[in-house]
Amino acid sequence: MIRRFFGRRDEVLFRSATGVFALLVIAGVIAIGVALYRESMLSIREFGFQFWQTDVWDPVAGEFGAKPFIWGTLYSSILALLISTPIALGIAVYVSELCPPALRRTLVFLTELLAAIPSIVYGLWGIFVLVPFVRQIEVATPEWMKVIPLFSGPPLGVGMLSAALILAIMVIPFSSAVAREVLRSVPQAQREGAYALGATRWEAIRMALFYARTGIVGAVMLGFGRALGETMAVTMVIGNNPQVTWSLYAPQYTMAAVLANEFAEASGDLYLHALVEIGLVLFILTLIVNVISRMFIWSMAAQRPRVFRRSALKAAA
Amino acid sequence: MRILSIVCSAVLALSACSGSPPQQSSGMPTGGGAAINGAGATFPQPIYSKWFAEYNKLHPDVRINYQPLGSGAGIRQLLAGTVFFGASDQPMKDDQMAKAPSRVLHLPTVLGAVVPVYNLSGISEELKFTGPLLADIILGKVNKWNDPAVAKLNPAAKLPPTDIAVVHRSEGSGTTFVWADYLAKVSPDFKNTVGVDSSLKWPVGVGGKGNEGVAALVRQTPGALGYIELVWALQNKIAFGAVQNAAGKFVKASVDSVTAAAAGAAANMPADFRVSITNAPGEEAYPIASFTWLLFLENPQDKTQARIMAEFARWALTDGQKYARDLGYAPLPQTVVDMELKALEQIRLQ
Repeated sequence: MIRRFFGRRDEVLFRSATGVFALLVIAGVIAIGVALYRESMLSIREFGFQFWQTDVWDPVAGEFGAKPFIWGTLYSSILALLISTPIALGIAVYVSELCPPALRRTLVFLTELLAAIPSIVYGLWGIFVLVPFVRQIEVATPEWMKVIPLFSGPPLGVGMLSAALILAIMVIPFSSAVAREVLRSVPQAQREGAYALGATRWEAIRMALFYARTGIVGAVMLGFGRALGETMAVTMVIGNNPQVTWSLYAPQYTMAAVLANEFAEASGDLYLHALVEIGLVLFILTLIVNVISRMFIWSMAAQRPRVFRRSALKAAA
Repeated sequence: MRILSIVCSAVLALSACSGSPPQQSSGMPTGGGAAINGAGATFPQPIYSKWFAEYNKLHPDVRINYQPLGSGAGIRQLLAGTVFFGASDQPMKDDQMAKAPSRVLHLPTVLGAVVPVYNLSGISEELKFTGPLLADIILGKVNKWNDPAVAKLNPAAKLPPTDIAVVHRSEGSGTTFVWADYLAKVSPDFKNTVGVDSSLKWPVGVGGKGNEGVAALVRQTPGALGYIELVWALQNKIAFGAVQNAAGKFVKASVDSVTAAAAGAAANMPADFRVSITNAPGEEAYPIASFTWLLFLENPQDKTQARIMAEFARWALTDGQKYARDLGYAPLPQTVVDMELKALEQIRLQ
């Protein structure tokens, strides 16, 4: 009787303790949002929604708009995903499906090592190795290609292309590690079933990829989240010029970079509040991206059985 | 063991100044020792660390912590009362002064300069610039190296038809402030379209982070032109150009030409030391130079720290000046030092 009483009490204690920890996270997110909002009041009142659409950033005149920074952040992150996703998937498939076990450990170790390198080191490598290399590519661009807006502008080396490349390299270890784990969690029976139906190796891998696709989308989104917030390495190679352009060769700017660059020296309250509002925009944007990716994953998880059966048949056929 | 002795002597020092009310010494935010906190500009950090270290050798019980967070952050923290003293590469504006709990004393400590650096292969002699030409390059109006405006000043140099790639600081910086302050003085166009602050809306060019970022970009980009601190250029042996001063002479930045600029400006130094010495008069004066300031509240709450810092400032202005030259800073002219020693008495120690 007594033991049971204490047992119940432990249960309640345990449940409420873990519940409080879980609530702490939510409270933390809300507190950050509130603090950002409060510290950017001046700028919100002054510019309103214009802040999202204005492409002027002029600390001297006191005019601030976030558009070029939002553009630069999204553009560089999406480019980085376009570059990194095929490579990360390739690494994941090779390591989990094709690679001889002896090589696997080395490969896994090396890709995970990439994730452990501090961002400032990537930035230095970017300035001294990647940027000169990119400049050579830009110098070698034939004239007819420069007509395309994507490749217009003088060959500076620093700019969107360098930023996207360095982001891609930084994101690869994250998305490939998650994708690898997801692929390994595909039940062996699925593969054996595919082989039993006469599938080739390529077809069996395709089947496994399809089976694991929610997890893989999650891996890619994890990389996207990291790319959005990456600061140091990007600011060192992107050229830090707030402008909205499609050109890969043009210097541009990201939200995280302008915060890191201008916060310490910001004079004047409006300027400071405008910078904090950039932080708020980044915060909201990250939330939106996460919510969308969550919803994407849920909707795919919900329809898995039906679609999967059809695809398995197709893979086996 | 050493720490113990520092603590002991600090306690002794505290009990020695029993004249002050007991609440005040117990209310010191730093605990028992005499650790005093300051924050501000990154530019003078090497000389300040040197000073604090040397001063600590002379007075083992005095420890001064300095966080190089940037001029803007230094001013903010001083106003918020989280540090005892601030440091800045630009004088505080009137509206910032108005927010301070008491008047703020600006104390020039050393001088620095900003130099134009460029990357032109095949040019052996150093290039000459005038202020208006530099402004036009930064504004994007002169965008080729073989532009007549550049060629006229440098008849001997074989200037290539390359684009000028302008490089500037990406982060807010006192260096940018001094550079812009000079360009605005010599070019009305720059003053009206860009203006003066530590971050600007640049018409053209790319941003590099820190002196090292700008220097790296200039070194790598053929045809680049940027600006960096003299201290940094000297330490890293980077070649830089000469600039025409107000007297019409082309002067290269050096510790001497920067001191000359300060001497030229000292004649009409305002009583609060908030002065810009860019484009200073004088034959030998280098035109893109500036003081860097320590900021003190004139009526600080903590009188113990006030006494220690006033004593330190006196030392830095006199004995401390000898460390400036080796680190690439220009020492203060004697006339300015005399004015400052007098101004130090404005800090209310009682």
